[in-house]
Parts: sequence; structure tokens; C-alpha cells
Amino acid sequence: MIELVNLNKTFKTSQGEVSAVRDVNLTIDDGEVFGIIGFSGAGKSTLVRCINLLERPTSGEVVINGVDLTKLNRKQLRGARKKIGMIFQQFNLLAQRTVEANVRYPLDIAGVKRSQAEARVAELLKLVDLEDKAKAYPSQLSGGQKQRVAIARALASDPEIILCDEATSALDPITTRSILALLKELNEKLGVTIVVITHEMRVVEQICNRVAVMSGGEIKEVGSVHDVFLNPQSETAKRLIEPSSGDGLQIAENTLRLAFTGDESGAPVISDMTVKCNTMVNILSANTENIGGKAFGQMLIELPADAAEQKRITDYLDARGIHYEVGAQQGEPQQGADASRDAQPEPRSGFEENLTDLAEDVRKEGGR
Amino acid sequence: MSQQMIDLIVSGTWETLYMTLVSTLIAYVIGVPIGIVLYITGEGGIRRNRAVNLVVGIVVNVLRSVPFLILLVFILPFTRFVVGTTIGSTATIVPLVVAAAPYVARMVESSLKEIDPGVVEASRAMGSSAWQIITKVFLPEAKPSLLVGATISLATILGYSAMAGFVGGGGLGAIAINYGYYRYQSDIMLVTVILLVIIVQIFQEGGLKLVSKVDKRMR
Repeated sequence: MIELVNLNKTFKTSQGEVSAVRDVNLTIDDGEVFGIIGFSGAGKSTLVRCINLLERPTSGEVVINGVDLTKLNRKQLRGARKKIGMIFQQFNLLAQRTVEANVRYPLDIAGVKRSQAEARVAELLKLVDLEDKAKAYPSQLSGGQKQRVAIARALASDPEIILCDEATSALDPITTRSILALLKELNEKLGVTIVVITHEMRVVEQICNRVAVMSGGEIKEVGSVHDVFLNPQSETAKRLIEPSSGDGLQIAENTLRLAFTGDESGAPVISDMTVKCNTMVNILSANTENIGGKAFGQMLIELPADAAEQKRITDYLDARGIHYEVGAQQGEPQQGADASRDAQPEPRSGFEENLTDLAEDVRKEGGR
Repeated sequence: MSQQMIDLIVSGTWETLYMTLVSTLIAYVIGVPIGIVLYITGEGGIRRNRAVNLVVGIVVNVLRSVPFLILLVFILPFTRFVVGTTIGSTATIVPLVVAAAPYVARMVESSLKEIDPGVVEASRAMGSSAWQIITKVFLPEAKPSLLVGATISLATILGYSAMAGFVGGGGLGAIAINYGYYRYQSDIMLVTVILLVIIVQIFQEGGLKLVSKVDKRMR
């Protein structure tokens, strides 16, 4: 278990002090895939570096399995780090070592016997499906292959935790999926706890159980991915999730954000709705994928101004159990999402199952 | 050119190679650890230490800023103390090392600075000790750049060794000065210069060939 207690990290710069992490309290359970999401400069990379003390926190505790790492001496800390694997956006492989020698590095520094180490390396390369590249150098590999080597290397010392610092941000979407699928598989097979730092909601959606949303060095909200995705509370979470994230389109008056989490079949929901409700809607943006006949993603639609038509639409959505969020209207509370969640309290299992299926499919198609 | 002259030039060539290679070797034995100290105690280093970095940096800079010919004469007592004489090839090695070691230290430091900080971070994250980072990450990862540096150092030290000819050092430099300059034998001057150029070329080409063979970054 990882417990971060009142964690603060301040950097001294020529422009004064910069507070990168502020009063973070977070508990990550064993075997969990935990996401930390935020925009650039939110402090998430600093936060993850505090977990293995690559950055020493200015104050606070980093407790891993009951041991506060900030209290350890150098030697003890090195021992603790051997149980925490880490992978990086830029892979950070040793350019002058072959793939197998890279994977062997943690075993070399731990003083594992050569023959034993080589057997372990072979096993790990098999696990990440790169046996044929054992003698290659990193410069001869693609980005996805490099990240697989980095994952094998991170696993070499049998870690209990793997930290992923924007591990897929330098990869194309297909490779991203295959790397995430691999991580998920390792999490399930080996029970290793995974902490994922990312700025992409789709990464969190694909593999995480829970997610913390970070902004300005602070944790803005923590919850299951499902809850945060369907009903984001903080401004940051909304901006990260909503199709028109950033500035530009907000969920304005007369707009609805529909969230599809795979519970609905492949039925043409919008068409059906416009026909049944005898109305028209304007699709402002859509970010959906059809996976195995089920829809994932979200859509922002503009409703007709007529209140009666709007009512018919929300009634229709409620009846079908489609999650939606109503755009902010002056003085009125946003009830749509909550109402819909009451109507459909348990959509979670299907959501996750399908993401795993998706990951499997992608892997089989050889996206690496 | 008489047989005697040819013999002289041949032995001078050997002396030059001896001075250059031995001086470079010793300069590296001293300069590499100093370069590593400069790097790891420097800004963002794995053992940041402002005081050590400042002191070592100043010593290195002072030695580097003394012109070689002056240094050569200035440390003559030291040279006599170490090798018992101030004349000949072996005596020249002392000032060559004193001049070259700080130069090598800066070369090594700059080679190490080229290492991707991310790789160092990864090795720290894996629980490497400082010694393991130095021996398993810094030196192997910087190997190609260190070799380029060594090639440049060799040529520089060769040039210095020729200067030592003015104050009783041996080798091709001494022959060029004693025969070519003081006795106006311009043919000898020409031959020694050509030989020096050839030696530098061989070092340069050999070094670069070795680098491209050793470097695994691009193929």
C-alpha cells in the first residue's frame, strides 16, 4: 500500500519558490491501477517522483507498506527503490547496452549471479514478447518496443509497484493501447500495483481502477474512474474529460453531455431519440468508439430551445439509462447526471470488462 | 640525408610516440576521476557539492590557463624531484601530465554532461549506488564521447611534446628545433613536420574509426 501523507514539494528557482506539490494525501491500495491525471505543469510528475524519492518531498511522509521512505538512509532507500519499478515517457534505456543487458541491469546492480540473471532476462523478454530482440540495441527498436524493454527492466527485480510517468505519451494510439494492455495484463497476472501519470483521459479509461485529478499541485478529486468520468466534480476533471476540453466549448446552457460506457448496445441512440421525441439536436462534438458493438465515449449535443422538447429528450435518456450531464443554466442545479446514476446504479462491470476486451483485441492485432 | 640523420629521426619518432602515449595514459588516470568529481558535484549532479566543485574547478582552471611553455619551465624543480633530471623524453612526461590532466578532466566532464539525464534518473530509480551509476552508466554510456575526447587529447599532447624540445625534451620536436631551426637544416625541419602531421592523422583516423565501431546509438 502506498500512503502519501501531507506531502509538499517546493522548488527554489530564481523567480522565488514554486510549490509543485501541495498537501497531497493519497492512499493507493495493493494491486490497484491508479491514475493521476492533470494538465502539463499540474505537478503530477513531481508527485510520482516523490513516491520513490527521486524528488525528496519538502515535507510529509511517503509510506510504502508501513515504511516511511523519507526516514530511510541511503542504503535502505536503495533497497526500497529496488521494489519500485519505474517507466518513463522517453524510455530511458541505456543506449550502449543490448536489450538483454538493459533488462539485466537491475539484476547486475543487485549482484544476482550471471547465469541466474540470464534465465530471468529470457523469461522477462518472453513476457513482453521481445525474445527475438535480445541482442538488439535500443536504437534499432521502435518506440513501443523500447517501452516494452523498459517494462521488462522495471519488472526484473520483482517490484511490488510500478510507476509510469507519461509512459505512453510518446507513442502512437495503437502502440499506446498495446502498452496499456500489457500493463493491465501484468497487473492482473502478477498483482503488481501500478501508478499511472498521464494527461490523457483515454489512458485512465483503459486501465485504471481509480483516478486522482491534479491541478496546481493539488489533488482536486479522487474516485473510481467510472464515477469521475460520468460525473466529474472539479473544474479540472471536467476540462480533462469533456470533448472540447480546454477553452472553447463548455457545457453551456441547452447542451447535454452524454457519456457512453459500453452499457448501451450499438443502437442508433441519437437517431432513435430524434425520431421518438420528434425533435432535432445539434451534435457539437463527439468522441465515441464502437467496440464490440458497444459504444464508448461521449458526445456533446445542443438541444432545441423549447422546454417541452428538452423534457422529452431527458425523459427519453432517463428511460434508456443513458448517462448525461445538463449544461449549466443560471440558478439551476445540475441534476441530470445524478438522476441518471440513480436510474442505473451498476454499470461498472460492463465498462471495465469491455476495456479489457478492447485491450486484448488490440494486442492480438499486433499493435506494437 | 645521411644515415645518421635518418636514425636520429626514427628514434625521435619513437620518443615522440612514447612521450605522447605515456603522458596521455597517465593524464587519463588522473583526469578521469577529477572529471567525474567535477560532474557529480556540479549542478544537477548525483552528489551535488558546491564547495568541492568550486575548489576542484579552480585548481583545474588555474593549471589550464598557464601556457604550456611557461608551465614547463616553472615546474622544472618538480620534474627533477620526480624523475631525477629535466632533460630527455621521460622528463618531458612530467610537465605533459601536469598540463594534460586538467585538460582531460574538463574533456571527461563535458563528455559526461552529454549523457541523457533521464537514463541517470532511471538508474537511480532502480536503486543504483553512486559507484554503480559511475561504472555502469556514466562511463559505458559516455564511451564514444570519451574516445573522441581521447583522440583530441592525444593530438594536443603531441603538440605540447614538440614544444618541450625547446628546453631539452626529446622527440621530433627537439630535432626540429635543434637541427631545423638552430642549424638552418630546412630539409630536417620539413621531414619532422611531415612526420608530426602523419602521426596526428593516424591518431585522429584511428580514434574516429574506433568510436564508430563502439557507438551503438545509430546504425
